[in-house]
Amino acid sequence: MPAITHHIPAPMIAAYASGSLPHAFSMVVASHLSLCHDCQAALGAHQAVGGALLEEAACVAVSQDAKSNLMAQLDEPAAPEPLYDAKGIYPGPVMQSLKGQPLRWKTLGMGVKQNILFEGQGGSARLLYIPAGQAVPDHSHNGLELTLVLQGSFSDETGRFGVGDVEIGDETLEHTPVADAGDPCICLAATDAPLRFKAFMPRLLQPLFRI
Amino acid sequence: MCYAAQPEADQVLVPWPPIGVSGRAKIAAVHDPTSTPVRIRTMLTLNLDRPPDNFTVLRASPEGKAVVSNEQTYSQLTVWLLAVRDHRDRAAFGDMFDYLAPRLKGFVIRCGAQPALAEEIVQDVMLTIWRKAGMFDPHKAQASAWIYQIARNRHIDIVRKENRPVPDELGEDPGTEPDASQILALEQETLQLKQAIEQLHPDQKEMIEKAYIGDLTHQEISTQTGLPLGTVKSRIRLGLGRLRKELKGLR
Repeated sequence: MPAITHHIPAPMIAAYASGSLPHAFSMVVASHLSLCHDCQAALGAHQAVGGALLEEAACVAVSQDAKSNLMAQLDEPAAPEPLYDAKGIYPGPVMQSLKGQPLRWKTLGMGVKQNILFEGQGGSARLLYIPAGQAVPDHSHNGLELTLVLQGSFSDETGRFGVGDVEIGDETLEHTPVADAGDPCICLAATDAPLRFKAFMPRLLQPLFRI
Repeated sequence: MCYAAQPEADQVLVPWPPIGVSGRAKIAAVHDPTSTPVRIRTMLTLNLDRPPDNFTVLRASPEGKAVVSNEQTYSQLTVWLLAVRDHRDRAAFGDMFDYLAPRLKGFVIRCGAQPALAEEIVQDVMLTIWRKAGMFDPHKAQASAWIYQIARNRHIDIVRKENRPVPDELGEDPGTEPDASQILALEQETLQLKQAIEQLHPDQKEMIEKAYIGDLTHQEISTQTGLPLGTVKSRIRLGLGRLRKELKGLR
């Protein structure tokens, strides 16, 4: 696998560590971290800052029976937590959001498909499938969009993005990503607002496809 | 025997780091005897010409003091965690509770939880520490950093009722041996980091704290402090930049 060249910016990793990121973005960040030693090291640094602040936090007394209650619980069996491991090109956080369900691709036309993984307050996350040579309709963004490549690669006005690379788009980015030759490009994309498509038809279809 | 304990580890912390790197005398200045005496007391001093050739898991003594074994000790928190991990040591866990629970409660309240919820989260975090101690690897994370992430994850899972996406573990290179000096280097970095945080300008320190403790987005920080967004972001970046520079000096 070629080296990852487009990483998660440091403030976003800090926000991920502290839990300030919306869920959809956390999915992309956690997925990138699952592929990138550099960013996992950066996460470690931010966790260290958090740990230092935790140890320095002003003490607030806990109730008297808190400790005995807790000690009494130590032997209780923990409720089993389902574990979703990485599978094929899909990192653990993607499998976790699927909760064991198979992928269900919905066609968007021109061979482009999507599978919505999460939709809720603060944004949505989806898998996108783009056949080689195919363009995602020209669009700009109302808010922030994070796109992580899981298979193949795409190129747009700002560069080439291969497996593990993350493109960060905001209001200022108007781009036309085109999947490169080779394997179909599969991405995990998260937005905190609906995308605006420039062409007339896609905009009409936007509510339909929830893109 | 490749270790030799310095008789007064509190004051004398050179030579450091153990293996072939120079220019670290300033580490001695980091140790402020008025702060976090537990950690200072248990910092080790190594006098090494070669890397450690064995690795001893330390057990907490009943008093919660670090037992010096092989003339090397880790931070108190690490000692407790390893005792829980390797020996399911309830006494160590109880001591860790006494140290950690009030700090965790203060921390969780600063994260925005009401005291009753904070108490619940503290219990949950402590129980999670007990159950997941097997996943603690001091080569990869400082004890306090590991606990910080558990605390944030549990808080968010409880409040938002959704599981946080957690990254996959990235494997070590095959054949990587446990290496006490690596653990100790990480712990030294924690001390340096605390020092770096102390030295930040109060404005920057407050911003950093809010970013890591306050559970605030940049937008929310901006609303709360009345500062324009650009300023908030640049202060966080400036603060982190300074921290990174401090940390870089260690490598």
